[in-house]
Amino acid sequence: MYDFSIILASVINGTMTGAVYALVALGLTLIYGVLHIINFAHGSMLMVAMYAAFFLFAAGGIDPYVALPLVAALAFAFGYALQRSVISKTSHGRDEIILLVTLGISIVIENAALFFFTSNERLVTLPYDIEGIDLGVTFLVVPQLAAFGASLVITFLLWLFMARTDTGKAIRAVAKERLGARLVGINVDHIFAISFGIGTACVGAAACLLVPTFPVTPQIGYVFVLIAFTVVVLGGMGSFVGALIGGLIIGIAESVGGLFFGETLGKISISLIFILVLLFRPTGLFGQRLR
Amino acid sequence: MLEVRDLEAGYGAVQVLFGVSLDVADNEIVALLGSNGAGKSTLNNNVSGLYAPFAGGIRFDGADITGAPSDRIVAEGIIQVPEGRKIFPNMTVRENLEMGGYRRGRPRRSQNIDRVIRVFPRLEERFSQLAGTLSGGEQQMLAIGRGMMAEPRLLILDEPSLGLSPLLVEEMFGLIRRLHEEGLAILLVEQNVVQSLALADRAYVIENGRITLSGPAAELIENPELKKSYLGL
Repeated sequence: MYDFSIILASVINGTMTGAVYALVALGLTLIYGVLHIINFAHGSMLMVAMYAAFFLFAAGGIDPYVALPLVAALAFAFGYALQRSVISKTSHGRDEIILLVTLGISIVIENAALFFFTSNERLVTLPYDIEGIDLGVTFLVVPQLAAFGASLVITFLLWLFMARTDTGKAIRAVAKERLGARLVGINVDHIFAISFGIGTACVGAAACLLVPTFPVTPQIGYVFVLIAFTVVVLGGMGSFVGALIGGLIIGIAESVGGLFFGETLGKISISLIFILVLLFRPTGLFGQRLR
Repeated sequence: MLEVRDLEAGYGAVQVLFGVSLDVADNEIVALLGSNGAGKSTLNNNVSGLYAPFAGGIRFDGADITGAPSDRIVAEGIIQVPEGRKIFPNMTVRENLEMGGYRRGRPRRSQNIDRVIRVFPRLEERFSQLAGTLSGGEQQMLAIGRGMMAEPRLLILDEPSLGLSPLLVEEMFGLIRRLHEEGLAILLVEQNVVQSLALADRAYVIENGRITLSGPAAELIENPELKKSYLGL
């Protein structure tokens, strides 16, 4: 049995990573909640955004944390354009087609990345990445703290946006009552694209927070998108609070699981939680039952 | 104000309306009567821009709005309170009202909320409650209140009395009369023939996608055919 302080350190480290998982999952859950589509291209977009952050750093010398607003804005524009030009044009309003379209987009993006960037690992090494604060039980480095802090701030800002602004309210209105939304003059196509754009901007921001810790490869998206799907199911499809809590739980489970079962086998705890949730609470922690 | 001419409309391959023409003048209440499936809602949905008609024309204040998207129709001031209310169940009463002024009436949103509350004091008590938890009558009030938030020039009410208790139905018709007295043009789509004709200036009867009777409400109520088919007399 491990000493309590080691477990505590593991929990703290897991919480830091979990916040970024939450951010990736937030984008996924927003797109699902409004458009009712499961976006298979979410991971590929994360990967592309991570390359963008990497090249901005490697070629332009721009710190990924400084580049975050820019990458997020570009990701928003990309997501908005993708929804309006490809997804909405091909879907004919049928969910299963959108599923295949996003899967197709992800295949195209990944192979293009493989062709242009090769599978070599690329890592952003920040000059200050071993600095940090000592908590006694563990030492947290700047990339961990930045990822945790920024993820929480972005989640809070997004919540504020959804609760307070007209566009945020329109997104919620469209999510539940499309016909009613059209009758108050909401342009549903525009709101769909905005939601897709915000979902993509979430991965854009997450990418900048991840590049100092995780090496970029064309396959990196899979790792995070599988975790993000687990987080979304755990928290409840379409739930914001669920994504945040779910992300933290998965982060902690992964970290503590790694402590007990070793790095490779530790990932089992994620799947274990996933199965348990589906067995006992299929709607997730904060999900709503289907009417 | 509203002119519908020879409208042919439907859904996909199914045609529902076969050459419907209808007018609503300024400050007029016009009733559109008909049984289920006669094409009442199809007409509404084409006027509101939810669907584009196959043929025919719709004009509002002389401007051609045939096939225009719903956000533009709302911006022009044609506001539909749909059958089944279609309020936002996951949002509070207040947020629902705010959304009513999303496209139109935004600068005077808080005055408009005050006005809705004067008409429906019940809504104020429920202000921070989720709309999905309201009773049927309250939801209908909210749907009309949300419509009022957009400062309508023409209000289309689709079956406002549906699912309400007889007492509430009386109240609803009283309210429609008051809105009309404030100068609002109203297209009232109803199955409730007697009360609608008592309220309306003119009326149209629609059957199987065609207008079969039309004229001043006072004359229609005496029409033997209408009496036979709708009132069972």
